[in-house]
Amino acid sequence: MKPFLATGVIALTTALSCGQVFANKSDDTLHTAFSKELESVDFYFQSAREGTIFARQVWDGLVYRDQTTGDYVGNLASSWKWVDETTLEFKLREGVKFHNGEEFDADDVVFTVNYVVNPDNHVTVPGNVNWMKGAEKVDKYTVRITTNGPFPAALEYLSGLVAIYPNDYYAEVGPSGMALKPVGTGPYRVESVEPGKHFVLKKFDGYYGGPKGQPSIGTIDIRTIPDINTQLAELFSGGIDMIWNVPADQAEQLAAMDQFTVANESTMRIGYITMDAAGRGGEGPFAKKEVRQAIGYAIDRQAIVENLLKGSSKVVNSACFPSQFGCEQDVETYSYDPAKAKALLAEAGYPDGLTVDFYAYRNRPYAEAMMAYLADVGIKANLNYLKYSALRDMQKKGSAGFGFLTWGSNSINDVSAITSQFFKFGDQDFARDEEVKTWLDTGDKSVDDKVRKENYSKALKKIAEEAYWIPLFSYNSNYVFSKDVAFTPTPDEIVRFFDMSWK
Amino acid sequence: MLAFALKRLGLAVLVTFTVSVISFSLLHLSGDPAAAIAGENATAADIAAINRQFGFDRPLTVQYTDWLWKALHGDFGESYYFKMPVADLISDRLSITMLLGVCSISFALLTAVPLGVAAAVRPNSLIDRTALFLSVAGQAMPSFWFGLIMIVVFSIKFRLLPPSGSETWRHFIMPTVVLGYYAMPAIMRLTRAGMLEVLNADYIRTARAKGAGAGRVLFKHALRNAIVPVVSLSAVQMGFMLGGSIVVEAIFALHGAGYLAWESISRHDLPTVQALILIFSCFYILFTLLSDLANAWLDPRIRVG
Repeated sequence: MKPFLATGVIALTTALSCGQVFANKSDDTLHTAFSKELESVDFYFQSAREGTIFARQVWDGLVYRDQTTGDYVGNLASSWKWVDETTLEFKLREGVKFHNGEEFDADDVVFTVNYVVNPDNHVTVPGNVNWMKGAEKVDKYTVRITTNGPFPAALEYLSGLVAIYPNDYYAEVGPSGMALKPVGTGPYRVESVEPGKHFVLKKFDGYYGGPKGQPSIGTIDIRTIPDINTQLAELFSGGIDMIWNVPADQAEQLAAMDQFTVANESTMRIGYITMDAAGRGGEGPFAKKEVRQAIGYAIDRQAIVENLLKGSSKVVNSACFPSQFGCEQDVETYSYDPAKAKALLAEAGYPDGLTVDFYAYRNRPYAEAMMAYLADVGIKANLNYLKYSALRDMQKKGSAGFGFLTWGSNSINDVSAITSQFFKFGDQDFARDEEVKTWLDTGDKSVDDKVRKENYSKALKKIAEEAYWIPLFSYNSNYVFSKDVAFTPTPDEIVRFFDMSWK
Repeated sequence: MLAFALKRLGLAVLVTFTVSVISFSLLHLSGDPAAAIAGENATAADIAAINRQFGFDRPLTVQYTDWLWKALHGDFGESYYFKMPVADLISDRLSITMLLGVCSISFALLTAVPLGVAAAVRPNSLIDRTALFLSVAGQAMPSFWFGLIMIVVFSIKFRLLPPSGSETWRHFIMPTVVLGYYAMPAIMRLTRAGMLEVLNADYIRTARAKGAGAGRVLFKHALRNAIVPVVSLSAVQMGFMLGGSIVVEAIFALHGAGYLAWESISRHDLPTVQALILIFSCFYILFTLLSDLANAWLDPRIRVG
């Protein structure tokens, strides 16, 4: 319904529009929209992409990942070193102030870390922080963070998932106060919050700079507009200057109109087909390797990418996003070969094909395309299109073992953010391969990059060779914005308002 | 009369209770609430932690009675999603939906009743045909489509009205028209049919015969009788508008209670959903009661019966 409608809206506006755009460059305010009602702006008490975007403007982490080089640079920390396998020591930047004037020092780091790792405080996504055991102060500008066992991805997690809060203020107001009046050290301070509806950010004049640099645009005004068509209407009427996650077809039309800048960037989300190789839902056809491989050969992933996902999406062969640390690319690939798929099925004892239940929760057209390809080789897939929570619930119980799902890795650029979820005997692991698990454990626990790479490589090669998963493609996002705005999107799907400027 | 009212009230309470039990069970059956709260990137450990935190690992009956006990004491709990008291959350959203509902039903009545009367007075005339066309169009046109067309015309082409938001009265014009237009056809057809029937009744002929003015016959004698079913229908429509303005609220980014209910269901935000169901049920009951009272005032026979 929606893509069709949006196409209509664009067609109509093209017909009616006078081609005039009222941008908000004159009052130095960038108007934009969130699609989702953000549950809380307190970073630790929400799980939405919008929350991460908001947090990145308002708070800083200890380190920052440079988007062009991929290196970690100091943000609130000026330097760091591993004292031993489980202790990281940070020297902190001096002279940094929070938006409320509170001075930043080791107490803030200690308080924030110890607050979020405490299970009694119930942060929404414990996995983001519970790799840390706690933090202790060495002196005013030195702090040590200890981990629960060796955790090589610590810097990656610190750069994206650990925002430092002001200790005095947070102790006083708690999560509910922070959700209404957030205070951080970031490039933007929060002018107003109407929960779930409207957020106004103002350039923080006292910002220390750091790797994020000084913000350029004075005010960021974010409203929640759930409907993409309404977002487009606001864009056309000049009510907002920028939207993202615009569906591929509409983005193409908008690009053709030349009224806005349309930018496309890959995201770290990948789609995959999972199969019940371990027989968690009872002995089924997917216990046979030939059947799993046949699925891989049956689907023309390149065609799906070219015709449906478009943009900078790519076919993915390894069970991870290519830029992630340890994501081995030299693995068995399954290119489109329906004849081979049929032969493999016959070999597995299904010369006349088979009928299976197929589960999916998003991108129904993609799922339907896959079903058509499967039908071509004699696999009749009955689509069960569920809500994500219902699908996860079924997988927890061992059913829904054959389906098309996706994973965004929380934008963590380390392979452990995906393999841990799917191949270490968790709810969503339908492979249950001891050997793979052992390699992954070794990789996850070593702080030696070489050891990690070696072990992840072995695990990913076996996953591909055994066809436990058929990795499908990476997703992409379309950003559409006023020609007055200078902006370059990044693969981590985080819109950095502080990197934007007026042209 | 008192016994009758009490019986009706008791029935209403039972209905509300049943609805809340059903909605509670359905929400738990339709997926793991912890998985919904944790979001798409949650690991199994995250989900288990949420299960413990919110007590989803307890038996359903225990969870329900726990909620009911607190709700009866006026404590609707805290929204799982927004982590703020449900009462605060709903009062903020409900005012928008109420305003929109009142404006829309007024718009619908103010257009539908005169049109319906006019159409009945001159059947098969141009005005009757126009009314019929408007009614068919209103019935056939999905409100999301009509809403978008309004936006394209009034916000983009002529730049007269803001496409979304709820800051000023101007933001409410298009949503009112869209939602009101949805309720209009039924009211108008009912008015027309009622008026046609009444205008052919003997007492109208008598009224005319004794020399009553045309206006007096139409409004004092005829409309008063024809409007009785319309009042009942409007009460139902008003209830519908409070709970069912989801599409309109979503399109115009109004952030009202209807949209909140819809979103809360997909987020498995049980305290919010339960509280909203309770409130919507109460409104339905209230509106039905009000329409009964209004009808009793309009038609003495109902008062006696």
